[in-house]
Amino acid sequence: MGMFDGIAGFGVTFSTMFRKVVTEDYPRVKKVTAPRYHGRHQLNRHPDGLEKCVGCELCAWACPADAIYVEGGDNTDEERYSPGERYGSIYQINYLRCIGCGLCIEACPTRSLTMTNEYELADDDRQDLIYDKDRLLAPLLPGMEQPPHPMRLGENEQDYYVQGPEMARRPDVQDAVREEIQMTPEASR
Amino acid sequence: MTAASEKAPEKPSEREDLPPVPHGHVRLTIDDRVVDAPQGELLIRTCERLGIVVPRFCDHPLLDPAGACRQCLVEVEMGGRKMPKPQASCTMTVAQDMVVNTQMTSAVADKAQQGVMELLLINHPLDCPICDKGGECPLQNQAMSSGRADSRFVEEKRTFAKPLPISDEVLLDRERCVLCQRCTRFSRQIAGDQFIELLERGAHQQIGTEETAFGEGEDFQSYFSGNTIQICPVGALTSASYRFRSRPFDLVSTPGVSEHDSSGAAVRRDWRRGAVTRVLAGEDPDVNEEWIDDKTRFAFRYAQSATRITRPLVRGDDGELHETSWTDALERAAAALLAARDGTGPAPLDADGEPGEPKRGVGVLPGGRLTIEDAYAYAKFARAALQTNDIDARARAHSGEELDFLAAHVAGTGLGVTYADLESAPAVLTVALEVEEEAPVVFLRLRKAARTGTAVHHLGQWSSPAVVKTGGRLVRTAPGREPEALATLPDDVAAALATPGAVVLVGERAAEVPGLYAAVSDLVGRTGARVAWVPRRAGERGAVDAGALPTLLPGGRPVDDVARAQLASSWGLADENALPATPGRDGGAILRAAAAGELAGLVVGGVELTDLPDPVLARAALREADVVVSLEQVASEVTRYADVVLPVAPVVNKSGTFRNWEGRDRRFATTIDPSGGSSGRVGGTAAITLPDCRVLDTLAVEMDVDLFTQTPEVAAAELGHLGAARPTEIGPVRGPDGSGDVDGTDGSLRLASWRQLLDGGALLIDEPELAGTARPPKIRISTVTARRLGLVEDAVAGLEGPRGSLHLPVELADLPDDVVWAPARVPQAGGGVITLAGLGLTHGGPARLTGGTTDGSAA
Repeated sequence: MGMFDGIAGFGVTFSTMFRKVVTEDYPRVKKVTAPRYHGRHQLNRHPDGLEKCVGCELCAWACPADAIYVEGGDNTDEERYSPGERYGSIYQINYLRCIGCGLCIEACPTRSLTMTNEYELADDDRQDLIYDKDRLLAPLLPGMEQPPHPMRLGENEQDYYVQGPEMARRPDVQDAVREEIQMTPEASR
Repeated sequence: MTAASEKAPEKPSEREDLPPVPHGHVRLTIDDRVVDAPQGELLIRTCERLGIVVPRFCDHPLLDPAGACRQCLVEVEMGGRKMPKPQASCTMTVAQDMVVNTQMTSAVADKAQQGVMELLLINHPLDCPICDKGGECPLQNQAMSSGRADSRFVEEKRTFAKPLPISDEVLLDRERCVLCQRCTRFSRQIAGDQFIELLERGAHQQIGTEETAFGEGEDFQSYFSGNTIQICPVGALTSASYRFRSRPFDLVSTPGVSEHDSSGAAVRRDWRRGAVTRVLAGEDPDVNEEWIDDKTRFAFRYAQSATRITRPLVRGDDGELHETSWTDALERAAAALLAARDGTGPAPLDADGEPGEPKRGVGVLPGGRLTIEDAYAYAKFARAALQTNDIDARARAHSGEELDFLAAHVAGTGLGVTYADLESAPAVLTVALEVEEEAPVVFLRLRKAARTGTAVHHLGQWSSPAVVKTGGRLVRTAPGREPEALATLPDDVAAALATPGAVVLVGERAAEVPGLYAAVSDLVGRTGARVAWVPRRAGERGAVDAGALPTLLPGGRPVDDVARAQLASSWGLADENALPATPGRDGGAILRAAAAGELAGLVVGGVELTDLPDPVLARAALREADVVVSLEQVASEVTRYADVVLPVAPVVNKSGTFRNWEGRDRRFATTIDPSGGSSGRVGGTAAITLPDCRVLDTLAVEMDVDLFTQTPEVAAAELGHLGAARPTEIGPVRGPDGSGDVDGTDGSLRLASWRQLLDGGALLIDEPELAGTARPPKIRISTVTARRLGLVEDAVAGLEGPRGSLHLPVELADLPDDVVWAPARVPQAGGGVITLAGLGLTHGGPARLTGGTTDGSAA
């Protein structure tokens, strides 16, 4: 029995003391995710606040876990939620079922549905984990107006889609998707 | 049939290694395969039989070929020479030794199809994500299978205002239309409603109605408009009630049977989350081919109505209905019915205030919308549990003469005249049947028959749309005079009916005219024509065969000792005289007896009081009866009088069989099983209710009687086991003794009437779009009568009855003089209905018209 045997037993302990700490101080310090992390969904808005969702249910079709339920509604001139004829009157994502695969994002024809980096999806009530439109819609940014309201950015939905990419590049126009990307630390770095 | 050919230079019809070409067939080569096809077959059908899918839009097997979309181009070689250009395979018929190369083997055909597809898509908008057709769209599918990967068209697309309502129910999106003309050809060829047509020329060519073309005029007023939505191969025609409701990939499709009429039409119900979102026509070549009427298609929301009854209700001491448990409701109902049956209830006080003779007995009014299983349960419940024959499923005008007719010609006769028989009949006569309004699917078949040479005769009052559209001949008669008209038919009509295969279709309204059923019976005896009874409601024929009538036991048995003993032993009753010996009261007599305090109780199924010949009497009867047990899906007027209300399942929540007018059993499985079934998740939001037969079975158990009708399947098996047993001696159909004829000597008019298809019936609730497509109710009179009364077209006239009046605009028609026609039931704007029966008016009876410049009563 050598004299260093007692200390040798602490070899791993001592060597680890000089390595980078792997434990995280969650929840006091939130973990920063990768920029394209598949977090909670968001239903984006056009720059004037109208919803991008047209209620087409393609996300629900793409979902392998059957976590999404959508019902379409008919826009009228008096009550308009999105440009064009149709909007999503009911939009629910069940986070008990969602596996975060992101196929819904790929299916979305209007880039209405995207994913945020928000990953805190736990609750003590199953019912509360079914998110409705009130919790999924992107927040109103400056310059946006709570629907229903008439189309502010053009005559018809074509104008919204044709001018959309251009408007997203203009610094004076708010865009929820771009905003989201900029808020993540990696993107702003 | 087919054989692979190895480099055969000689004509396939002359090749010796193949069997000779069958008679009436030709032999041709398609995609290097030799095939025999019947002469005159379209190339596209021959390809289909070979399993070669040629893309197409305008082609439809039940419509005449049009060659409008040009999508089905194939390369054709005749006599060794290629045709200079690809040919449309939907218009070209097969020919001997033709060589056809589809897109599978011909680059030319493939390129031609891609070119056509590119052309069709030039102006087609990119709105598939919001289009109701998206996901089940032939254009989407075939653009993927036969189109180019990208378009060379960079110019601006042509746009139209959209959606454009062409009726309350049908929306037109002209941008999406590929001008295949399926809708216009359907309307012209099948329905006979030429309200939509191609308008304009060139790039502005579009489908439209008179209204869309000129800003005013007729819109798409057709009872069959929904079929155009279903056959539209793009999303150009969509339904207002299904608009944005769901996507096809999220729906479960379940086959079913129409519950709205006696046609037994096959339907497909698409549903999700416990609710039906749409109904489509099913395919059944023997019954409805691929067409249904709009009532069948669009009226389904009653099952999700806010007035649906889902829990048993019992009237408490406070006089109000309260929800209760099944056990409590069944116990109370059973105890009350037993007391009523045995006459042990409280005796009514007579004039002196002394207890008089106790009321005794229970009458049963099941209503005409039951499946045959449920009707059988009612029939057995009345006989075994209530020990009475007082049961009548006819919630409409009825007569003893009708019972004779049903016993002689309908009950237990099995499959009689069929749709196919109508199509091949040399002549058809409709009696007391306005076929488009009362049996729309039969109308379509009659119209198809008329297009191929069947002479359709109508016994009626005026040239209604059904008469005109079946190319029919009207045997015009004053209302109430139909029996004489049948006795003195024009010679050519009588001769046509004497040819083999001729058919007489008689409607349930024949009961409104005394002597008419006898006259029909006499006519078919005289001419040898076959007769078929076409009632309005889905359950009427089944009720006749199941014995839900006072004089008929299940299987068409008369109420005699043999049949009673047979039934008693079959039902496992110890005493062979356990079943009641005398024929029961009919519906009217049951209500009269209850109102007069003779009957103590009533068991009422799906009966609308306003449908009955005397709603006032019915209300009095329900008020007088000691106990009223109601089995209902939706709260109705009966609920107001009921002591116990037992909820029953609508058609979508149960299985069963409708026996249609042909006598054909139309079995259907449960569409939505809310109790869980295979998947509680999807059906979970529908209310759990039970079919009538189960409810009656449980109620009978509470009364110590076993019906053994726990499920529709068990009930059907027992009824099938009983079988039909028609009496050997068929009694005569007895007409009225004296002439109960009213004569127009007092200067009044005679009333003619029937019900229109969409008239605010019980199953049409919560369907505002459908109600908007109803034909506007009008009063019709002849020009001479109008002049005499001082009425002009479109003036509002009042139809006066003993209990009120009905005000409608006047239309002039070719009625006999001094006859007025009005729809039997008119929904009112603020809800509620006015029925002619409610006004005290009857078909063939006197009526007065007011509103003219001269007094209607003056001769």
